[in-house]
Amino acid sequence: MIPIIVSGTPRSVDATPDTPLLWVLRDNLGLTGTKFGCGMAQCGACMTPVSAAAGQKITTIEGAQGKAVKALQDAWVKLDVPQCGYCQSGQIMSAAALLADNPQPTDADIDTALDGNLCRCATYQRIRAAVHQAASTMRG
Amino acid sequence: MDKIINPSRRAFLKTGTTLGVGLTLAFYLPVGGAARMKAGQGTDKPFAPNAFVRIAPDDTVTAIVKHLEMGQGVNTGLPTLVAEELDVPWEKIRVESAPADAKLYNNLLWGPMQGTGGSTAMANSFEQLRRAGATARAMLIAAAADNWKVDANTLVTLDGMVLHRPSGRKASYGQLAEKAATMPQPAEVALKSPQDFKYIGKQFKRTDSKAKSNGSAQFASDVRLPGQLTALLARPSVFGARLRRVQTERAKAVSGVRAVVEVPQGVAVIATDFWSAKKGRDALQIEWDESGGARVSTTEQRDQYLALLNQPGKVARSEGDAAQALAQAAKKLEATFEFPYLAHAPMEPLSCVVQLKDSGCEIWAGSQSQTSDQATAAQILGIKPEQVKIHTLLAGGSFGRRANPASDYIAEAVSVAKATRDLSAPIHLMWTREDDIRGGYYRPMFVHAISAGLDAQGNPVAWNQRLVGQSIAAGTAFEGGLVKDGIDMTSVEGASNLAYAIPNLHVELHSPKLGVPVLWWRSVGHTHTAFSTEIFIDELAAAAGKDPYAFRRALIQHPRLKGVLELAATKAGWGTPLAPKSGVRRGRGIAVHESFNSFVAEVAELSVRPDGSFSVDRVICAVDCGIAVNPDQVRAQMEGGIGFGLSAALHSAITLKAGRVEQSNFHDYPLLRISEMPRVEVHIVPSQAAPTGVGEPGVPPLAPAVANALFAATGKRLRKLPFETSELRSA
Ligand code: FES
Repeated sequence: MIPIIVSGTPRSVDATPDTPLLWVLRDNLGLTGTKFGCGMAQCGACMTPVSAAAGQKITTIEGAQGKAVKALQDAWVKLDVPQCGYCQSGQIMSAAALLADNPQPTDADIDTALDGNLCRCATYQRIRAAVHQAASTMRG
Repeated sequence: MDKIINPSRRAFLKTGTTLGVGLTLAFYLPVGGAARMKAGQGTDKPFAPNAFVRIAPDDTVTAIVKHLEMGQGVNTGLPTLVAEELDVPWEKIRVESAPADAKLYNNLLWGPMQGTGGSTAMANSFEQLRRAGATARAMLIAAAADNWKVDANTLVTLDGMVLHRPSGRKASYGQLAEKAATMPQPAEVALKSPQDFKYIGKQFKRTDSKAKSNGSAQFASDVRLPGQLTALLARPSVFGARLRRVQTERAKAVSGVRAVVEVPQGVAVIATDFWSAKKGRDALQIEWDESGGARVSTTEQRDQYLALLNQPGKVARSEGDAAQALAQAAKKLEATFEFPYLAHAPMEPLSCVVQLKDSGCEIWAGSQSQTSDQATAAQILGIKPEQVKIHTLLAGGSFGRRANPASDYIAEAVSVAKATRDLSAPIHLMWTREDDIRGGYYRPMFVHAISAGLDAQGNPVAWNQRLVGQSIAAGTAFEGGLVKDGIDMTSVEGASNLAYAIPNLHVELHSPKLGVPVLWWRSVGHTHTAFSTEIFIDELAAAAGKDPYAFRRALIQHPRLKGVLELAATKAGWGTPLAPKSGVRRGRGIAVHESFNSFVAEVAELSVRPDGSFSVDRVICAVDCGIAVNPDQVRAQMEGGIGFGLSAALHSAITLKAGRVEQSNFHDYPLLRISEMPRVEVHIVPSQAAPTGVGEPGVPPLAPAVANALFAATGKRLRKLPFETSELRSA
């Protein structure tokens, strides 16, 4: 059993140590908000083996809270960013990480921060607009 | 307003069903059927006057959507039609996916088949769903009239209420639901005139944005049934190869693996979870018999295709005498265009869940073609289609991939479930990204050659085009309708109906047969025909010494096509110089194309760096899709289509060597990233015409507009996709 802390809740999972964290979240814990798209680190977290996450704090879209995530989700809805929606959990998590570091990102900052998150529906223009909108909401 | 006329090329199934027959079925009422509540049932029972609307006593209104929501917005656009005629507040609308049913939920433009594709969802539903809403409203009014003993003509509706203004009486739809279910269905209902629309043409928010922003949206890959097992399938090394032998011991020894079975499509590993199944599959030792397989190499295939360009093909269109006119032309031009195989690569890899039951089978999938999937599953299991229940979930993108007449991934999952019946477990078949990229069903590889002639005044007098590429429809249920005299209409659409007034036009097609499976890919034949024709018309303009916009404008006959061309050019400031930027060569290009009965023009502005790499800075798009039911979603589809088109133009090619697909994942089949996304401006032509498609038509003009802009910037014509930017290096 491997101990991990998911969105503040300690969990213990029965998975082989080489299992990518993504599949522990999705298959062991039923947290399907985190998606499988490529399986080869084109989008970051999915290939982290669960053993490397043992005892670490992990936040998933389901448990993501705080001002930035809320502001981003509101902006996503307001601007109707999603199309198929499959990539959007990942986009919002990356955008939240950006806003934590940079409360007033430029288009170029957004492009750099989100370049690892593919969107096959190409909702990128609205993603940029929604990140700006969330940033401005947060600045008040 | 106009009748909905949408002569989609996909309208005709082998059954011989025609468009006209489809439209007469515009509104199917299951009179006395299961969907209709019987009098005397409790008040908690809903009012379901037809297959598309259900009203509950708590005033919620459920719109039943027969099409797949794959991002294009049907779960928003189609309920808008119901809300409009039913007259309910948008917040009260709930959305539910329809079960598979070829009678109740067929695509009216396809015949007796439920399916989503060809940008037809809105076009075939526009009248049907408004009629469904209007019928429900009429029955609610009739119920109130009966309750209050007043003439129905004295009643009006407002936001989910029936009102009797003279007496001040009112009742909500929920209050009237039970009674309404007992009222007779009107034979005819009047639909609103466009000037009375309160919902259609306005900016209603998507019904699914919230769930898609907080991780709660359910895709087929998210289904978690009790006891469910995950299956991964090892598929043949080359298309058409057969299993010779397999050693399964090492796979079976992987922890979590529950079974390894042979199915007609390959060898399946079934495990408690994805990772165990993946490790199990990696541990299989398989020998394939490739003797009957497609040992194709794309380099040789290209040579063969180019050779075919010199041989006469089947005639797809012939007007006048192009050969003679060409021989006599004052100026002649010719060019060759090349297009690779393309994978759809939806963000959600293919996946579905199959559960066998005593009564039949249940399937959870995000499928574009429910009833053919249903028939395929039934055939494999030896049961009746009605015994296969399909739950349609959201699809994480599709772009045609989940509209496979062969129902490939559904057939795989059902075969695995059948072979593991003794496990009594729901089977969740998952594809990896590698499975997806290597799994075939590609946009076919094509080459085109065009030769054309100008007279002494620079007017085009002849256009000769030859295309070479596999037929998508051949060998499928669509062959009878789509292949005429050996010409697959989806191979030549956009070329055989060239939009320009050229007196002598000749188009020929070769459809070589190869074992590489091909399929419709967002905008189908237009993906290549718009590219070759819109670049070549630019070349003719240049040869005639004319402005490419003015040249097109003078030759386009269709007023709506001309309309979008003019709108895009005006909004882009065509003719004004682009602001220079230091260190780059800038250019602006235009392209215009009709597809799926919609008209789209795009102007691309870009900057080319000294090493030949370039950025598309801005795309100005004008679209005429008839009535824009939800203008913001029309814009979203144009933005997405432009990004999708640019992705392929910049990056995408599937190649094969000795039958093996050389790409496997996003490192060697890259997709457009956010840093490459241009600013997109979309302008919608106001229209009173019946709505036409928007999911696909934004794609075709993008690549030629970019190619034409590259020519404007560098003087180089790139006629091969994806673009080889090394050719654009400054000397
Ligand atoms: S919304 Fe479909 S992949 Fe991003």
